Amino acid sequence: MKNEWPLWEIFIRGQHGMSHRHVGSLHAPDAEMAIKNARDVYTRRNEGVSIWVVEANNISASSPSDKGPLYEPSESKVYRHPTFFDIPDEVGAM
Amino acid sequence: MACEDAFTQFLLRMGDNTLILGHRVSEWCGHAPVLEEDIALANTALDLIGQTQMWLGLAAEVQGEGKSADDLAFLRDAWDFRNVLLMEVPNGDFGRTLMRQFLFDAWHSIQLGRLMKSSDDRVAAIAEKASKEVAYHLERSADTVVGLGDGTEESHRRMQEALDYLWPYIGEMFQSDETDAEMVKAGIAPDPASLREEYDTLVSRVLTEATLTIPESRFAHKGGRTGAMHTEHLGHLLTQMQWLQRAYPGAKW
Repeated sequence: MKNEWPLWEIFIRGQHGMSHRHVGSLHAPDAEMAIKNARDVYTRRNEGVSIWVVEANNISASSPSDKGPLYEPSESKVYRHPTFFDIPDEVGAM
Repeated sequence: MACEDAFTQFLLRMGDNTLILGHRVSEWCGHAPVLEEDIALANTALDLIGQTQMWLGLAAEVQGEGKSADDLAFLRDAWDFRNVLLMEVPNGDFGRTLMRQFLFDAWHSIQLGRLMKSSDDRVAAIAEKASKEVAYHLERSADTVVGLGDGTEESHRRMQEALDYLWPYIGEMFQSDETDAEMVKAGIAPDPASLREEYDTLVSRVLTEATLTIPESRFAHKGGRTGAMHTEHLGHLLTQMQWLQRAYPGAKW
Protein backbone atom coordinates (compact mmCIF):
# COMPACT_ATOMS: atom_id res chain seq x y z
CA MET A 1 0.00 0.00 0.00
CA LYS A 2 3.04 2.29 0.31
CA ASN A 3 2.95 2.96 -3.43
CA GLU A 4 -0.69 4.03 -3.43
CA TRP A 5 -1.45 7.67 -4.12
CA PRO A 6 -3.29 9.40 -1.29
CA LEU A 7 -7.06 9.72 -1.36
CA TRP A 8 -8.59 13.13 -2.05
CA GLU A 9 -12.13 14.27 -1.34
CA ILE A 10 -13.60 16.32 -4.17
CA PHE A 11 -15.97 19.26 -3.79
CA ILE A 12 -17.54 20.92 -6.80
CA ARG A 13 -19.58 24.08 -7.15
CA GLY A 14 -22.15 23.55 -9.87
CA GLN A 15 -23.29 25.99 -12.53
CA HIS A 16 -25.98 27.50 -10.34
CA GLY A 17 -24.89 26.14 -6.97
CA MET A 18 -24.12 28.56 -4.18
CA SER A 19 -21.68 26.32 -2.37
CA HIS A 20 -19.28 23.49 -3.10
CA ARG A 21 -20.76 20.03 -2.62
CA HIS A 22 -18.98 16.79 -1.94
CA VAL A 23 -19.16 14.67 -5.09
CA GLY A 24 -16.82 11.78 -4.34
CA SER A 25 -13.18 10.90 -3.95
CA LEU A 26 -10.22 9.85 -6.07
CA HIS A 27 -6.51 9.11 -5.89
CA ALA A 28 -3.78 11.51 -7.00
CA PRO A 29 -0.09 12.10 -6.20
CA ASP A 30 -0.60 15.77 -5.23
CA ALA A 31 -3.22 18.51 -5.00
CA GLU A 32 -2.61 19.81 -8.50
CA MET A 33 -3.10 16.39 -10.06
CA ALA A 34 -6.12 15.83 -7.82
CA ILE A 35 -7.75 18.91 -9.39
CA LYS A 36 -6.90 17.66 -12.87
CA ASN A 37 -8.25 14.19 -12.10
CA ALA A 38 -11.39 15.72 -10.60
CA ARG A 39 -11.83 17.73 -13.78
CA ASP A 40 -11.69 14.51 -15.81
CA VAL A 41 -13.71 12.33 -13.48
CA TYR A 42 -16.41 14.71 -12.23
CA THR A 43 -16.86 17.63 -14.65
CA ARG A 44 -17.02 15.90 -18.04
CA ARG A 45 -20.65 16.81 -18.47
CA ASN A 46 -20.25 20.44 -17.61
CA GLU A 47 -21.17 19.92 -13.96
CA GLY A 48 -18.94 22.47 -12.36
CA VAL A 49 -17.39 25.92 -12.31
CA SER A 50 -15.09 25.45 -9.32
CA ILE A 51 -13.26 22.52 -7.76
CA TRP A 52 -11.93 22.07 -4.23
CA VAL A 53 -9.78 19.12 -3.27
CA VAL A 54 -8.90 18.08 0.27
CA GLU A 55 -6.64 15.20 1.17
CA ALA A 56 -8.96 12.75 2.90
CA ASN A 57 -6.75 12.29 5.96
CA ASN A 58 -7.03 16.04 6.65
CA ILE A 59 -10.73 15.72 7.26
CA SER A 60 -11.81 15.14 10.84
CA ALA A 61 -15.18 13.48 11.09
CA SER A 62 -17.69 13.05 13.86
CA SER A 63 -17.92 9.55 15.20
CA PRO A 64 -21.10 7.55 14.54
CA SER A 65 -21.04 6.34 18.16
CA ASP A 66 -21.43 9.96 19.34
CA LYS A 67 -24.71 10.22 17.51
CA GLY A 68 -26.76 10.38 20.72
CA PRO A 69 -25.03 13.24 22.51
CA LEU A 70 -24.32 15.14 19.30
CA TYR A 71 -27.66 15.13 17.54
CA GLU A 72 -30.48 13.80 19.65
CA PRO A 73 -30.79 16.81 22.01
CA SER A 74 -31.97 18.96 19.11
CA GLU A 75 -34.73 16.56 18.10
CA SER A 76 -37.17 17.80 20.75
CA LYS A 77 -36.58 21.49 20.15
CA VAL A 78 -38.94 22.32 17.30
CA TYR A 79 -38.90 26.01 18.32
CA ARG A 80 -35.42 26.22 16.84
CA HIS A 81 -36.88 25.91 13.35
CA PRO A 82 -37.85 29.32 11.97
CA THR A 83 -41.16 27.92 10.71
CA PHE A 84 -43.34 29.99 13.07
CA PHE A 85 -42.75 33.22 11.24
CA ASP A 86 -44.45 34.59 8.16
CA ILE A 87 -41.72 35.58 5.75
CA PRO A 88 -42.56 38.69 3.71
CA ASP A 89 -42.62 38.08 -0.05
CA GLU A 90 -40.04 40.84 -0.59
CA VAL A 91 -37.41 38.73 1.14
CA GLY A 92 -37.39 36.23 -1.71
CA ALA A 93 -35.84 32.80 -1.49
CA MET A 94 -34.32 31.97 1.88
CA MET B 1 -0.80 21.80 -57.43
CA ALA B 2 -4.26 23.34 -57.36
CA CYS B 3 -5.02 25.13 -54.13
CA GLU B 4 -8.08 22.95 -53.36
CA ASP B 5 -5.94 19.83 -53.57
CA ALA B 6 -3.33 21.32 -51.28
CA PHE B 7 -6.04 22.47 -48.88
CA THR B 8 -7.52 18.97 -48.78
CA GLN B 9 -4.08 17.50 -48.13
CA PHE B 10 -3.51 19.97 -45.31
CA LEU B 11 -6.88 19.11 -43.73
CA LEU B 12 -6.16 15.39 -44.01
CA ARG B 13 -2.85 15.95 -42.25
CA MET B 14 -4.58 17.69 -39.37
CA GLY B 15 -7.45 15.19 -39.18
CA ASP B 16 -5.33 12.08 -39.60
CA ASN B 17 -3.00 13.19 -36.81
CA THR B 18 -5.88 13.49 -34.38
CA LEU B 19 -7.62 10.35 -35.69
CA ILE B 20 -4.64 8.03 -35.43
CA LEU B 21 -3.42 9.41 -32.11
CA GLY B 22 -7.00 9.35 -30.79
CA HIS B 23 -7.26 5.69 -31.71
CA ARG B 24 -3.88 4.87 -30.17
CA VAL B 25 -4.78 6.62 -26.91
CA SER B 26 -8.16 4.87 -26.84
CA GLU B 27 -6.30 1.54 -26.74
CA TRP B 28 -5.57 2.34 -23.08
CA CYS B 29 -9.25 2.32 -22.19
CA GLY B 30 -9.63 -0.20 -19.37
CA HIS B 31 -5.86 -0.82 -19.19
CA ALA B 32 -4.34 2.33 -17.64
CA PRO B 33 -2.36 1.89 -14.41
CA VAL B 34 -4.96 3.69 -12.30
CA LEU B 35 -8.64 4.49 -12.76
CA GLU B 36 -8.09 8.28 -12.81
CA GLU B 37 -5.52 8.04 -15.62
CA ASP B 38 -7.78 5.67 -17.51
CA ILE B 39 -10.57 8.23 -17.53
CA ALA B 40 -8.19 11.06 -18.37
CA LEU B 41 -6.73 9.15 -21.32
CA ALA B 42 -10.19 8.22 -22.59
CA ASN B 43 -11.19 11.90 -22.37
CA THR B 44 -8.13 12.88 -24.37
CA ALA B 45 -8.91 10.23 -26.99
CA LEU B 46 -12.48 11.48 -27.26
CA ASP B 47 -11.33 15.09 -27.64
CA LEU B 48 -9.03 14.02 -30.47
CA ILE B 49 -11.75 12.02 -32.22
CA GLY B 50 -14.06 15.02 -31.89
CA GLN B 51 -11.44 17.23 -33.54
CA THR B 52 -11.05 14.59 -36.25
CA GLN B 53 -14.74 14.90 -37.11
CA MET B 54 -14.26 18.61 -37.69
CA TRP B 55 -11.03 18.35 -39.70
CA LEU B 56 -12.08 15.40 -41.84
CA GLY B 57 -15.58 16.85 -42.23
CA LEU B 58 -14.05 19.98 -43.71
CA ALA B 59 -11.59 17.89 -45.77
CA ALA B 60 -14.51 16.00 -47.32
CA GLU B 61 -16.31 19.27 -48.03
CA VAL B 62 -13.29 20.89 -49.69
CA GLN B 63 -12.53 17.70 -51.60
CA GLY B 64 -16.03 17.88 -53.10
CA GLU B 65 -16.39 14.21 -53.98
CA GLY B 66 -19.50 13.70 -51.86
CA LYS B 67 -17.63 11.84 -49.12
CA SER B 68 -18.16 12.19 -45.39
CA ALA B 69 -15.70 12.35 -42.49
CA ASP B 70 -16.62 8.71 -41.75
CA ASP B 71 -15.78 7.67 -45.32
CA LEU B 72 -12.36 9.27 -44.98
CA ALA B 73 -11.70 7.69 -41.59
CA PHE B 74 -12.91 4.18 -42.30
CA LEU B 75 -12.59 3.57 -46.02
CA ARG B 76 -9.08 4.74 -46.87
CA ASP B 77 -6.09 2.44 -46.90
CA ALA B 78 -2.75 3.04 -45.20
CA TRP B 79 -1.11 4.91 -48.10
CA ASP B 80 -3.90 7.50 -48.14
CA PHE B 81 -3.28 8.55 -44.55
CA ARG B 82 -1.37 11.77 -43.92
CA ASN B 83 -0.60 11.61 -40.20
CA VAL B 84 2.98 11.97 -38.99
CA LEU B 85 4.64 8.68 -38.06
CA LEU B 86 4.81 9.72 -34.40
CA MET B 87 1.04 9.17 -34.15
CA GLU B 88 1.09 5.55 -35.28
CA VAL B 89 3.99 4.12 -33.28
CA PRO B 90 2.75 1.62 -30.69
CA ASN B 91 1.89 2.93 -27.24
CA GLY B 92 4.66 1.08 -25.42
CA ASP B 93 4.37 1.56 -21.66
CA PHE B 94 2.37 4.30 -19.96
CA GLY B 95 5.47 6.53 -19.86
CA ARG B 96 6.05 6.32 -23.58
CA THR B 97 2.39 7.01 -24.28
CA LEU B 98 2.51 10.15 -22.17
CA MET B 99 5.85 11.22 -23.64
CA ARG B 100 4.42 10.91 -27.17
CA GLN B 101 1.34 12.80 -26.01
CA PHE B 102 3.49 15.60 -24.65
CA LEU B 103 5.70 15.80 -27.75
CA PHE B 104 2.57 16.04 -29.90
CA ASP B 105 0.58 18.33 -27.58
CA ALA B 106 3.43 20.84 -27.61
CA TRP B 107 3.40 20.97 -31.43
CA HIS B 108 -0.39 20.84 -31.56
CA SER B 109 -0.89 23.79 -29.21
CA ILE B 110 1.54 25.97 -31.18
CA GLN B 111 0.03 24.92 -34.51
CA LEU B 112 -3.54 25.62 -33.35
CA GLY B 113 -2.47 29.02 -32.01
CA ARG B 114 -1.28 29.93 -35.51
CA LEU B 115 -4.32 28.40 -37.21
CA MET B 116 -6.64 30.58 -35.13
CA LYS B 117 -5.40 33.40 -37.36
CA SER B 118 -6.03 31.44 -40.56
CA SER B 119 -7.41 33.29 -43.58
CA ASP B 120 -10.04 30.53 -43.79
CA ASP B 121 -12.80 31.13 -41.22
CA ARG B 122 -13.65 27.44 -40.96
CA VAL B 123 -10.06 26.51 -40.13
CA ALA B 124 -9.84 29.33 -37.59
CA ALA B 125 -13.09 28.20 -35.95
CA ILE B 126 -11.95 24.57 -35.62
CA ALA B 127 -8.59 25.71 -34.24
CA GLU B 128 -10.28 27.97 -31.71
CA LYS B 129 -12.49 25.15 -30.45
CA ALA B 130 -9.69 22.57 -30.37
CA SER B 131 -7.15 24.86 -28.74
CA LYS B 132 -8.97 24.90 -25.39
CA GLU B 133 -8.94 21.11 -25.25
CA VAL B 134 -5.34 20.94 -26.34
CA ALA B 135 -4.22 23.52 -23.76
CA TYR B 136 -5.49 21.09 -21.15
CA HIS B 137 -3.92 18.06 -22.84
CA LEU B 138 -0.57 19.85 -22.83
CA GLU B 139 -0.86 20.88 -19.19
CA ARG B 140 -1.66 17.33 -18.19
CA SER B 141 0.95 15.54 -20.33
CA ALA B 142 3.68 18.04 -19.39
CA ASP B 143 2.92 17.56 -15.67
CA THR B 144 3.05 13.80 -16.06
CA VAL B 145 6.32 13.93 -18.00
CA VAL B 146 7.85 16.04 -15.21
CA GLY B 147 6.34 13.83 -12.50
CA LEU B 148 7.66 10.61 -14.02
CA GLY B 149 10.93 12.02 -15.37
CA ASP B 150 11.80 13.53 -12.01
CA GLY B 151 10.26 10.61 -10.14
CA THR B 152 11.75 7.31 -9.10
CA GLU B 153 14.83 5.72 -10.63
CA GLU B 154 12.65 3.37 -12.65
CA SER B 155 10.22 6.02 -13.90
CA HIS B 156 13.15 8.28 -14.87
CA ARG B 157 14.77 5.46 -16.82
CA ARG B 158 11.54 4.62 -18.62
CA MET B 159 10.92 8.26 -19.55
CA GLN B 160 14.45 8.69 -20.88
CA GLU B 161 14.03 5.52 -22.96
CA ALA B 162 10.71 6.83 -24.25
CA LEU B 163 12.28 10.15 -25.21
CA ASP B 164 15.21 8.44 -26.95
CA TYR B 165 12.79 6.20 -28.88
CA LEU B 166 10.40 8.97 -29.91
CA TRP B 167 12.82 11.81 -30.61
CA PRO B 168 13.63 10.74 -34.21
CA TYR B 169 9.91 11.08 -34.99
CA ILE B 170 9.76 14.75 -33.97
CA GLY B 171 11.42 16.24 -37.04
CA GLU B 172 8.65 15.22 -39.41
CA MET B 173 6.25 17.69 -37.81
CA PHE B 174 8.47 20.56 -39.02
CA GLN B 175 9.20 19.45 -42.57
CA SER B 176 7.78 21.72 -45.26
CA ASP B 177 6.77 20.75 -48.78
CA GLU B 178 4.77 22.14 -51.73
CA THR B 179 1.49 21.62 -49.91
CA ASP B 180 2.73 23.76 -47.05
CA ALA B 181 3.99 26.40 -49.47
CA GLU B 182 0.49 26.62 -51.00
CA MET B 183 -1.05 26.94 -47.53
CA VAL B 184 1.37 29.70 -46.55
CA LYS B 185 0.67 31.55 -49.81
CA ALA B 186 -3.09 31.36 -49.20
CA GLY B 187 -2.64 32.46 -45.59
CA ILE B 188 -4.42 29.30 -44.42
CA ALA B 189 -1.64 27.71 -42.36
CA PRO B 190 1.89 28.50 -41.18
CA ASP B 191 5.07 27.02 -42.57
CA PRO B 192 5.76 23.96 -40.35
CA ALA B 193 9.44 24.85 -40.12
CA SER B 194 8.50 28.18 -38.51
CA LEU B 195 7.11 26.37 -35.46
CA ARG B 196 10.36 24.67 -34.52
CA GLU B 197 11.95 27.41 -32.46
CA GLU B 198 8.93 27.91 -30.22
CA TYR B 199 8.59 24.13 -29.96
CA ASP B 200 12.20 23.62 -28.92
CA THR B 201 11.89 26.29 -26.23
CA LEU B 202 8.73 24.77 -24.79
CA VAL B 203 9.88 21.18 -24.97
CA SER B 204 13.34 21.78 -23.55
CA ARG B 205 11.88 23.75 -20.63
CA VAL B 206 9.63 20.84 -19.65
CA LEU B 207 12.19 18.10 -20.34
CA THR B 208 14.83 19.93 -18.33
CA GLU B 209 12.42 20.21 -15.42
CA ALA B 210 11.81 16.48 -15.88
CA THR B 211 15.61 15.94 -15.51
CA LEU B 212 15.67 14.25 -18.92
CA THR B 213 18.37 14.56 -21.58
CA ILE B 214 17.28 15.64 -25.05
CA PRO B 215 19.03 13.50 -27.69
CA GLU B 216 21.44 15.48 -29.85
CA SER B 217 20.60 13.80 -33.14
CA ARG B 218 18.35 15.69 -35.53
CA PHE B 219 17.77 12.60 -37.67
CA ALA B 220 14.10 12.42 -38.60
CA HIS B 221 11.97 9.53 -39.83
CA LYS B 222 9.59 10.80 -42.47
CA GLY B 223 6.97 9.72 -44.97
CA GLY B 224 3.78 9.88 -42.91
CA ARG B 225 2.49 13.35 -43.67
CA THR B 226 3.30 12.99 -47.38
CA GLY B 227 1.94 9.44 -47.48
CA ALA B 228 5.21 8.25 -49.10
CA MET B 229 5.79 5.55 -46.50
CA HIS B 230 4.09 4.77 -43.21
CA THR B 231 5.47 2.43 -40.58
CA GLU B 232 4.32 -1.17 -40.52
CA HIS B 233 2.24 -0.29 -37.46
CA LEU B 234 -0.38 1.80 -39.28
CA GLY B 235 -1.81 -1.14 -41.23
CA HIS B 236 -2.28 -3.12 -38.03
CA LEU B 237 -3.98 -0.17 -36.39
CA LEU B 238 -6.34 0.24 -39.35
CA THR B 239 -7.39 -3.41 -39.32
CA GLN B 240 -8.73 -2.84 -35.83
CA MET B 241 -10.13 0.65 -36.38
CA GLN B 242 -11.79 -0.10 -39.70
CA TRP B 243 -12.85 -3.73 -39.44
CA LEU B 244 -16.52 -3.06 -38.73
CA GLN B 245 -17.05 -0.86 -41.78
CA ARG B 246 -15.00 -3.27 -43.87
CA ALA B 247 -16.94 -6.34 -42.70
CA TYR B 248 -20.35 -4.68 -42.75
CA PRO B 249 -20.13 -1.91 -45.36
CA GLY B 250 -22.38 1.03 -44.58
CA ALA B 251 -23.43 -0.34 -41.19
CA LYS B 252 -25.11 2.30 -38.99
CA TRP B 253 -26.31 2.28 -35.41
